[in-house]
Amino acid sequence: MSNSENNERWKSALKAVKDAILVPTLAIITAVIVGGLVIAVVGGDPFAAYAGLFQGAFGSVKAISETGVWATPYIFAGLAVALAFKGGLFNIGGEGQLALGATTSALVGYGLPLWLGYEPPMYIHLTLALGAGALVGFIWGAIPGALKAYTGAHEVINTIMMNYIALNVVSFLMNGPMKDHNPLNVIARTPLIAEGARIAPIFSGLRIHWGFGLALLAAFIVWWLLWKTTLGFEIRTVGANPDAAKYAGINVKKIMTLTMGLSGMLAGLAGSIEVTGLNYRHELGFSSGYGFDAIAIALLGKNHPVGVVLAAILFAAMRNGATRMQFLTQIPVDIISVIQALILLFVAADSIVRYIYRIKQSGEKVVLTRGWGG
Amino acid sequence: MADNTKIVLEAKGITKQFPGVLANDNVNFNLREGEVHALLGENGAGKSTLMNILYGLYKADGGEVIVNGQPISLHSPKDAIVHGIGMVHQHFMLIPVFSVTENIMLGSETDHRKNPTEAPLAKLDREEVSRLVQALSDKYGFNIDPSSLVGDLPVGVQQRVEIVKALYRHASILILDEPTAVLTPQEADDLFNIIRELKKQGVSIIFITHKLREVLAIADRITVMRGGKVVGSAIPSESDEHQLATMMVGREVILKVDKEPAKPTDVVLSVKNLRVLDQRDLVAIKDLSLEVKAGEILGVAGVQGNGQTELAEALTGLRKIESGTVTLSGEDVTHSTPRHITNTGLAHIPEDRQKHGLVLGYTVADNMILCDYFKFPFSQNAMLQQKAIDVNARKLIEDFDVRTPSPYVSASKLSGGNQQKVIVARELSRQVDLVIASQPTRGLDVGSIEYIHNQIVKMRDRGVAVLVISAELDEILALSDRIAVMYRGEVVAVVESKTVSKEQLGLWMAGGKPD
Amino acid sequence: MDWKRFSFIAFIIAILFGTVVLVGYTSEPWILIVGSMMATTIAVATPLTLGALSGVFCERSGVVNIGIEGMMLASAFFGWLGSIYMNTIFGFGAMPSLLVGVLIAILTGGLFALLHAALSITYKVDQIIGGTVINILAVGITGFLNRQLFFDKNSIFQGNVPHAPGVLPVIVIPVKQGIEWICSLTGGTEGCYVTANAFGKVFEQKPIAIFAVIFVFVANYVIFNTRWGLRMRAVGEHPKAADTVGINVIRTRYLNVVIGGFFAGLAGAYFTLESVPSFEPLMTNGRGFISLAAMIFGNWTPIGAWAASLVFGASQALQINLQFFRTSIPPEWSFFQNSYAVGQIPYILTMIILTGIIGKTSAPAADGQPYEK
Repeated sequence: MSNSENNERWKSALKAVKDAILVPTLAIITAVIVGGLVIAVVGGDPFAAYAGLFQGAFGSVKAISETGVWATPYIFAGLAVALAFKGGLFNIGGEGQLALGATTSALVGYGLPLWLGYEPPMYIHLTLALGAGALVGFIWGAIPGALKAYTGAHEVINTIMMNYIALNVVSFLMNGPMKDHNPLNVIARTPLIAEGARIAPIFSGLRIHWGFGLALLAAFIVWWLLWKTTLGFEIRTVGANPDAAKYAGINVKKIMTLTMGLSGMLAGLAGSIEVTGLNYRHELGFSSGYGFDAIAIALLGKNHPVGVVLAAILFAAMRNGATRMQFLTQIPVDIISVIQALILLFVAADSIVRYIYRIKQSGEKVVLTRGWGG
Repeated sequence: MADNTKIVLEAKGITKQFPGVLANDNVNFNLREGEVHALLGENGAGKSTLMNILYGLYKADGGEVIVNGQPISLHSPKDAIVHGIGMVHQHFMLIPVFSVTENIMLGSETDHRKNPTEAPLAKLDREEVSRLVQALSDKYGFNIDPSSLVGDLPVGVQQRVEIVKALYRHASILILDEPTAVLTPQEADDLFNIIRELKKQGVSIIFITHKLREVLAIADRITVMRGGKVVGSAIPSESDEHQLATMMVGREVILKVDKEPAKPTDVVLSVKNLRVLDQRDLVAIKDLSLEVKAGEILGVAGVQGNGQTELAEALTGLRKIESGTVTLSGEDVTHSTPRHITNTGLAHIPEDRQKHGLVLGYTVADNMILCDYFKFPFSQNAMLQQKAIDVNARKLIEDFDVRTPSPYVSASKLSGGNQQKVIVARELSRQVDLVIASQPTRGLDVGSIEYIHNQIVKMRDRGVAVLVISAELDEILALSDRIAVMYRGEVVAVVESKTVSKEQLGLWMAGGKPD
Repeated sequence: MDWKRFSFIAFIIAILFGTVVLVGYTSEPWILIVGSMMATTIAVATPLTLGALSGVFCERSGVVNIGIEGMMLASAFFGWLGSIYMNTIFGFGAMPSLLVGVLIAILTGGLFALLHAALSITYKVDQIIGGTVINILAVGITGFLNRQLFFDKNSIFQGNVPHAPGVLPVIVIPVKQGIEWICSLTGGTEGCYVTANAFGKVFEQKPIAIFAVIFVFVANYVIFNTRWGLRMRAVGEHPKAADTVGINVIRTRYLNVVIGGFFAGLAGAYFTLESVPSFEPLMTNGRGFISLAAMIFGNWTPIGAWAASLVFGASQALQINLQFFRTSIPPEWSFFQNSYAVGQIPYILTMIILTGIIGKTSAPAADGQPYEK
């Protein structure tokens, strides 16, 4: 490729990066300011609170490790939502896909040795545990995808309904068939998974595990899939203009189903990796809120894998630092939810941010979802 | 018409700036009582902008509007309506799921106490309004049933509903925006009769069009716009089509497409007894048969909504075929997928370029591989090949004269003509046996129209079969070697284009059977 | 509401009612069971009915609102908070406190709707994203304030959750007395009095439930027979057409979305001021989303949406009423009585309905599209 060709592509890429970073950054700043006002209104000291938050998130090696621990499922779940958005679909079902993925991995993790009668080698056991979680997530995502593609039923409501169904199923399993029958246990949780189904920590003594590496790898794979492969071209085309995709001969229904399946798979893996890398079991209710946080992460990251990773780390830092903040300042950790909602508000309504900071609209308005009709 | 008749409406120095376009540049225009004043211009000349300003939909950046000698301020259509201005938009402003009565009363509801109160929860008095509508319909011989749903009415009737809507609001100035675009020549004649009747009743009419023949037939005065400016005016009795066309386009216009006689060879596309349903599961095409040979252009003429859209969709695999067969290059493709038909040798320029032909958010380069992205050289081992995509884009931009700053700007940034050129480049550069072009030049400027027509003829001369579907009779006549006329889902006539008159085609398009 | 969908609704309700009758007929007269099922159905359908009405007002004017869930949650919290403040801090009596609470809940719904309107109409944010923002914001704010106000030692309540002023009282519409009177005139068999008792229950409802039903019919009249309704539907079908006859599209949409918010707010009040006297995070539990399904199934009409809400209400009533007859259920069937099984019915029903196999519905043509001139 000649230099001028390269220049053109680089120029447009650079401009895109600038556009992609500017507004989210300002949105975060605005949300932090408004969040500070909220803290002040309820009688707290915003500066102390944010200092505590930062200290809790990055103040020590252990704190950084914990931020990484939080970021791992966020990256997976955020990628799940982002991938679906790229395909023109809105996956609000991360919560259910994640819970089912976690439950399945736990089942394989503790159940496989019992069933086989011996402990399979690690590379098989862990692969099966993760694979099973991914598969169940795929199915749980593909169902609303297929319903959308073949009947037109809107995926937003269906993924939400399937969240409730999944949570009911999981809660039944956790309280019944899969409950840890240790007589000392009163909690709705599974037994511990076998050693062979566990992901190793990166450093001994810290909880951060190789699942974080897998999350970064997943981000790379999603990027590669979307922008370098023919399938990615199809997914993006269906997302950007399903009518044109149909004209171009793309099997829109198949791609929609597949996209939602892949999205569900990523969300399922978020749960699987929490089980195999961190908790070594599944416990009822540990995952609540991940699904909605994932939406905010995807939108903040502009549905780009790199953006998703950065946004996930930011959200992880807030969640992780919040405990320290509460300890130091007595501001409830729930303030984080308010700030995150505000970030989402300002990212979604970027015209508000553009208005506040007098930035001109540049480039396309990206269509993410459509009404009930379509 | 005497020049001393009262001026009922005057626009002085109207200026309107849109991002990147000066749509109206110091435009002056006036309308006398009881006249038909035609506003002539190409797409994008600024006619509709001016009218939308007169109707209060857009706010002018400069200038003033004077009605009956009084300057008025227009903030919304409400102000225009109060001053007796009515408008029939090119795309009808009717709600398909509402009845005629509801459509007409909307915004000017009368309640049962027979005075228009402002009480929002007053009960709608549909009976009273129905009576008024019926009376207006009878007065002008419109033949409208006030209780029918607008969505069930033919376009010609819908247009009359629009006119009644304006009359119901006591409009004395009526703006008709491209009113004949959706009509057959015969329906257009009916409209002209209505216009003459309205004139008699003292209604003054602004008639917007880009069709020269109509202007000469109905107008009392003509004003021509180009590039946002008024470039001249004329009286029909003292001007001809050629002179008006030159004024409208700004240069000499060749009204005919230059082409050699066709040398048709083998049959490429053969359609037999086709039956297709539309969106609402009603029969859109019944028992349609036609053939297109290599090296010829078959034009499908017909008023919009007579099954042309469904025909294009059925032939390209986008719409299910109920019965009948479609054979392309000897292969039965009746129930094939769009992908398979495309690969068999079909290029398709779709009717709605922004909806179906392009992904507006994609770069020009990506749009140029939209149909072939999965083929060598653009894809190898399921991976996109950026280098090949780049080479392809640069070649097509060069070959088809697409005006774009780079292959990597998004398609939405291009003008309508250049967007269409991207599609034409993509489709006509493929190795195909058949080209289906639906409304290939709709809404384009004359330069682009000429260019695209020449490209289509070039394809024919290379031995490709071409099916052109167009609502513009002039386009069909200029391009086609043979013409098939569609009426209510059937081909009612197939003729050599050299031997047929426009009037004859118009008659067939309106349902008159050939002898 | 077409015949197919109406019979589907009747069919499902009959199955749900029949199940309870089958389980319980040995211990109670069937007509009493039916009566109490009807009573519970109407009561628990209340938030769905109001949520669906909220959806109808928003979407008929062209604004998709998936934020109803969040609006309900926030209203439930602030209404409850308001009633507690009135009761404990300002010393109002229980009844006035509750009424003020309801008012605050309605206003909260309206405020959140105003935010949604601003996002989707003025800022032209993707409306589904806008609704999601509302939902997340509501969860965040209610969770934060709930903890900050009630569990923090420095807060006004010193870490104790104060007593709420109770819930709204039952209003008895004297249908029972009426039927009993007829019984006494006609000689009065025991069956007649049982019937009176059974149907009497149906008309012993709390105020929000009663108002919900009244609003269904009022809304139906307004939407289809008044100027307001004609204009709101016009704006949702073809805003440009409405604009060209002088209707202010933006204003019409804002007003209807905010009215929709009032309904969502009243639905929120149901949770904490009518159903139970307490607030829990996430207590709306998907009701806002289910009411959207009811709205779609009811083809964006108030009466249709109400009928669909009753189906969901009946499936919840099934779960509640089965509890009474626990002992009559054979142990091997007991799984089906627990909430993991019966509790799934509304969600699965929603998904079935959305596939359109019970009849396609059509959304207002401009639903979800911001208006640009």
